Amino acid sequence: MKILHLITASLFAFAFFACQQSAPEANTAANGSAASDAGHKKGQADVQDPSSKKNILQIAIGSKDHTTLVAAVQAAELENVLVNAGPLTVFAPTNEAFAALPDGTVDNLLKPENKKLLARLIKFHAAPGKYTKALLKDGQRLFMASGHYVNVEKKGDDIYVDGGKIIGTVEASNGLVHVVDKVMLLPELKK
Amino acid sequence: MKSHFGYVHSAFSAVLVISFLLLTSCNNQAPNRGGGAGVLSGDVASQVYVAPGEYDEFYAFMSGGFSGQVTVHGLPSGRLFKTIPVFSVDGEKGYGFNEETKPMLNTSHGFVPWDDSHHPELSQTNGETDGRWLFINGNNTPRIARIDLTTFETVEIIEIPNSGGNHSSPFTTMNTEYVVAGTRFSVPYPQRDVAIDSYAENFKGVLSYIKVGKDGEMEIAFQILLPAFDYDLAHSGKGKSHGWTFFTSYNTEQKNSLLEVAASQNDKDFIAAVNWKKAEEYIKQGKFKEVPAKYAHNVYNEKTHTATSTMMKKVKVLTPADCPGLVYFLPTPKSPHGVDVDPTGEYIVGNGKLSANLTVHSFSKMQKAIENKAFEKEIEGVPVLKFEEVLAGVVEEPGLGPLHTEFDNNGNAYTSFFISSEVVKWKVGTWEVLDRTPTYYSIGHLCVPGGDSQKPQGKYLMALNKITKDRYLPTGPELCHAAQLYDISGDKMKLLLDFPTMGEPHYAQAISADRIVPNIKKFYPLEENEHPYRALGEKETKVVREGNTVHVYMTTIRSHFAPDNIEGVKVGDKVYFHVTNLEQDWDVPHGFAVLGANNAELLIMGGQTETFFWEPKQEGVIPFYCTDFCSALHQEMQGYVRVSPKGSNTPIKWGLGEDEFFQ
Repeated sequence: MKILHLITASLFAFAFFACQQSAPEANTAANGSAASDAGHKKGQADVQDPSSKKNILQIAIGSKDHTTLVAAVQAAELENVLVNAGPLTVFAPTNEAFAALPDGTVDNLLKPENKKLLARLIKFHAAPGKYTKALLKDGQRLFMASGHYVNVEKKGDDIYVDGGKIIGTVEASNGLVHVVDKVMLLPELKK
Repeated sequence: MKSHFGYVHSAFSAVLVISFLLLTSCNNQAPNRGGGAGVLSGDVASQVYVAPGEYDEFYAFMSGGFSGQVTVHGLPSGRLFKTIPVFSVDGEKGYGFNEETKPMLNTSHGFVPWDDSHHPELSQTNGETDGRWLFINGNNTPRIARIDLTTFETVEIIEIPNSGGNHSSPFTTMNTEYVVAGTRFSVPYPQRDVAIDSYAENFKGVLSYIKVGKDGEMEIAFQILLPAFDYDLAHSGKGKSHGWTFFTSYNTEQKNSLLEVAASQNDKDFIAAVNWKKAEEYIKQGKFKEVPAKYAHNVYNEKTHTATSTMMKKVKVLTPADCPGLVYFLPTPKSPHGVDVDPTGEYIVGNGKLSANLTVHSFSKMQKAIENKAFEKEIEGVPVLKFEEVLAGVVEEPGLGPLHTEFDNNGNAYTSFFISSEVVKWKVGTWEVLDRTPTYYSIGHLCVPGGDSQKPQGKYLMALNKITKDRYLPTGPELCHAAQLYDISGDKMKLLLDFPTMGEPHYAQAISADRIVPNIKKFYPLEENEHPYRALGEKETKVVREGNTVHVYMTTIRSHFAPDNIEGVKVGDKVYFHVTNLEQDWDVPHGFAVLGANNAELLIMGGQTETFFWEPKQEGVIPFYCTDFCSALHQEMQGYVRVSPKGSNTPIKWGLGEDEFFQ
């Protein structure tokens, strides 16, 4: 029986190879100079489209005050979420806001073993839907993509979301970016 | 218990069985029936395989035949990318249904919702396809359309007067100076009430030259009045023959009934060779007659997002008897169908569809024959050149029923044969047959990328088949038409792929993708929107009643309409929803549909304004919604219109969220 297994296995291997073999050659023949790195494409975040209005990710990448947030998004591999059709409202803490966290928090979050937690933290900063400042009301509970609700407060003309103040707003093709001066801490991180 | 031998034996059988199975499974990747199995070698599937996320090398523009549209496919995969509505209404895109595109289908006969599209023709510069525009003819109500290849939308349609069926069209000149339109059915000139059997006396065949401006705009420059034959196909000269166009004709017998028999009597019909540069001189000299003619010229304006239809009233007509040297007839055996000029411009192939041989004329010999006045006779002022004096050569008994010829970049020609269902490759100049391959079944046109230009791109050939019978899973009495893709890079043509097409693919043209992709528009810039009823932001939205007409200035953006609650509409009103899509992002159209409306949807591209007309007939609260899955909250993209009884006092009111407004 061993012989049979061996012959069968090698035959399968050979046939598989023979079947597969022609594909790569033909690809080059058929497609010429067309993009050939399909296997390496990450998703919608790789779409080259400089003429459309900027999406949330492109706005964050273009802001010198949000390099920590962008690094976090990349570490959590959430780029494709932030370029999708949306609409999403992202509350984007500045570098300064991240720097105000206790020492070592950001470094710790960026560790590969904390990827899931980091992703949850970022989703905690994103509300499905397009919430302009006019739509954010005092006392409102806002549902975030992480599954949590956060509180909206209005003090004079200023709007606070989970205690973070909105200090600027940028319209994106797929939603809105509200720049906030505080990192909103997931309940589990508050402990 | 089996013996040792028994084990070996069963192992051996198992190997045989497995080998067989594997072989079969390998072969399964390639088509394996309907005559394909013997022709296809093992690796053809991979030659047409375009990996996920990769691009095809060529665009193929296929006529949609009696669908009236154009379809866009990729080659070599055959994948369908888009149906471009041209001559027929299209509910999917609201074409011919929304107020902006209705004028595109206007004609001197009023709104015509359908046509039979035949020959896609890419614009050319220096004899090479340039990727700016695609022209296509409507055969039934004679028209030519122009499609802009930055947006893949129909942007212009011009009607052809004095024509009875626009078949020999549009076929461009080398620099897209002109596209042409020869009438297939001769009609009374001028059109009037006469006895049908007065055909020979009262009917005329008219060839039209449509000038194409630098932005593509079309204008009928002149028409040429010829004897009442059926003008079938055409191609303009190139290189040395630039300045000429060749039109085939049949029914030189001038019969008006049972043409199946009556129009096949003459030994030779004619190819009409038209010197259009000479025509330009005659026009300049004023040797034309300006005659009344009613025809629509419809233009879509990308800034107003609206088409306008202008009824034209006159056309310039040239008569060969008054214009010596304008037209000559080249006798060509047996009802020639396609006429194709090789890339050098020297050889003019007359595909005599009932002829046993393929006739090729020489442009140089034609010039000499004209110089020497080697005329056989004259018909209505048109000299008939002596056949032997213009003949370059004959491809002997290549097949049955030759229809069309295209060329590659190596001096070879490929001719389709309808009756013998095959493509025959032959050498231009030696007329020697090099190869032949069957098609499944009954090929009409064929297409090589750039195959009718001065610089063919070669590589592939598409056979466009009229009949498929058992080639695909059957779908009742009506079966798909189909294309077949052949590799023509080697000495022998090699069948690679079958794929179904929409309607009847009369002709197709293909072009390398790099000539189109860099110019593609991704959306319409809002700041350029000049639609009279645009709303460039939600602050500009409103509802305005003028008598019993209600204008709704509406916007869309992910994921809501503004306004999405409307009151004060009454039964019997004429309601116009002018919807501007505020998106400035690639691939985010929004749709708009209203319950019970006697209309199709709107499908509005980013930055565009489109108008939906609705006459509410019953009171109630009517929902509307976005039809194109635009975003994560697409299902929430909805709204209501309250319809009150005729004569009620419900005020005009509109709102979004907490905001409410009154007129």
